[in-house]
Amino acid sequence: MTDPVGVISTFQTRFGSRHPDVTYVEQAQQAAVGALHAAGMRPDDIDAVVYCMAPTFFMGVSDADQWAVDHVFAAGKPFFRIHTGGSTGGSAVHAALGLLRSRMFRSVLVVGAERLNETADAQEILNLTFDAFYERDMPLSTNTSVALMASRYLQRHGLTERDLARAPVRQRRSALKNPYAHLKGEITVDDVLESPLIAHPLKLYDVCPRSSGSAAMILGDAETIDAFQPRPAFINGFSSVSDTYWLGDRLSDEADLDLGEMEIAAVTARECFGRAGITDPFGEIQVAELYDPYSLIGYLQLEQLGFCAGGEAPRLDAEGTWDLHGGGVAVNPSGGTLCTNPIAITGLVRAIEAANQVMGTAGELQATGVRNTIATAIGGMAQFTNVTLFGDDHRDTQEPTR
Amino acid sequence: MSTEPAARPVLHQELTLSYDYAIGEVAGTFFDGLRDGKILASTCSASDLAYLPPRAYCERSFEPCDGWTEAGEEGVIEASTVVVRGFEGKRPTPVAIAFVRLDGVDSAIANYVDGVDCSDIDAAVASIAPGTRVRVAFAEEREGRITDFSFELLDA
Repeated sequence: MTDPVGVISTFQTRFGSRHPDVTYVEQAQQAAVGALHAAGMRPDDIDAVVYCMAPTFFMGVSDADQWAVDHVFAAGKPFFRIHTGGSTGGSAVHAALGLLRSRMFRSVLVVGAERLNETADAQEILNLTFDAFYERDMPLSTNTSVALMASRYLQRHGLTERDLARAPVRQRRSALKNPYAHLKGEITVDDVLESPLIAHPLKLYDVCPRSSGSAAMILGDAETIDAFQPRPAFINGFSSVSDTYWLGDRLSDEADLDLGEMEIAAVTARECFGRAGITDPFGEIQVAELYDPYSLIGYLQLEQLGFCAGGEAPRLDAEGTWDLHGGGVAVNPSGGTLCTNPIAITGLVRAIEAANQVMGTAGELQATGVRNTIATAIGGMAQFTNVTLFGDDHRDTQEPTR
Repeated sequence: MSTEPAARPVLHQELTLSYDYAIGEVAGTFFDGLRDGKILASTCSASDLAYLPPRAYCERSFEPCDGWTEAGEEGVIEASTVVVRGFEGKRPTPVAIAFVRLDGVDSAIANYVDGVDCSDIDAAVASIAPGTRVRVAFAEEREGRITDFSFELLDA
């Protein structure tokens, strides 16, 4: 029998390119205050703080989590910084889950902020993630790595760049109803195809924006849930999996887990769904908030997580299967990462959106009949993946099966 | 689309940092090989795997890599792209790059693909599609750096 852990409250700011009205830490504070207000809590009601912070080069203040301690009301409490690149926010939720389920603490604030446009050197910073001796002399970045992945995926399944272009069309339209989303609007497949080429087959509209903003989630044990939240989202499944740093070990027919298909996501989902007792994701999960910074990446996850067969996700998109209303599974009704990517907290925003759907607080994004939702996050060059499953009731989790 | 808030003053700073990364024995052996016109892969007798980039330790067998082998002069493209935008200080774009698994090696290594006509991007991409065979081309002047070699199409 596991202890219940539930989401008490969530908060996110409006995301955009820049927020010149506040500093980085003031923006983090907006999220901490917002989540506390939403929960009806004061800082003394929080036992520990988990802080989301990805590469510090983006904002140019080394280890700015230290700068943020006061602003997120962590002084006098345990404070843990989490950093797994783009999966930071998902890893942070898992860290909070562990702190609560171990009974070390009763309530945990997960909070963070991001700003990616205060430097003009973002691609160079991302290039620094690559191996200094063997890879950094090449134009390798997240953009070009995903282009390399796409070359394998499209060829294997006989798909084209046109097939990938439906994801931003659907999601920017969905984001029109999300007051927090960065990019939103009506665009067409042709608009995507005619947007500037970045690295074949990726065009500008296949790629997420660099977003600024902040977000927070408060999680609690049974006692905290009783005191503060009559309708929590329970965490009923979780899994995090890491893979080799070496892209060349994964971009090969000899790979243990092929990056071209992002097979690591299948391993991660199996473990999460095993814990949650989910055997038919398409039938049992109503909303999927997937970490999809590129059009390719959402489709790969739908296939690897078992929502459809390999190579089928783009075609099913054309049929409306991933639509919020009238589809089979609502995929990224928020607009997803394609519309908003504040790297350090993107995984947290996915978790917030998935939890809100269970709590019935998703506003115009709300799906109907929601019992189970998932949030994913991906970090490094798909080197870290995690999946979190939220449910409307605490369902005793099972042992994972690998 | 997004709306941009009104401009407010910013504090401008420029940071200049420099590093001297220790190369170590394994990468040092590899780069010495490049100088001699050889691509050396580390091997593990326990797993029978040959690695590029070379490794000190084979995490699959839980044993140290205990040998070296010279990679084949040809290999197969496993993933490729033509990079068009987004990089300063590398080769001028558009430029072709690929991960190539050289003959006799179990993992792929990245480098530029020379001799690709990038005036037509679609044709360029088709010419370097996964599965295409390429050969290694060494620079005439070598400095013990990964850019001492690149790939070129067999019919180039």
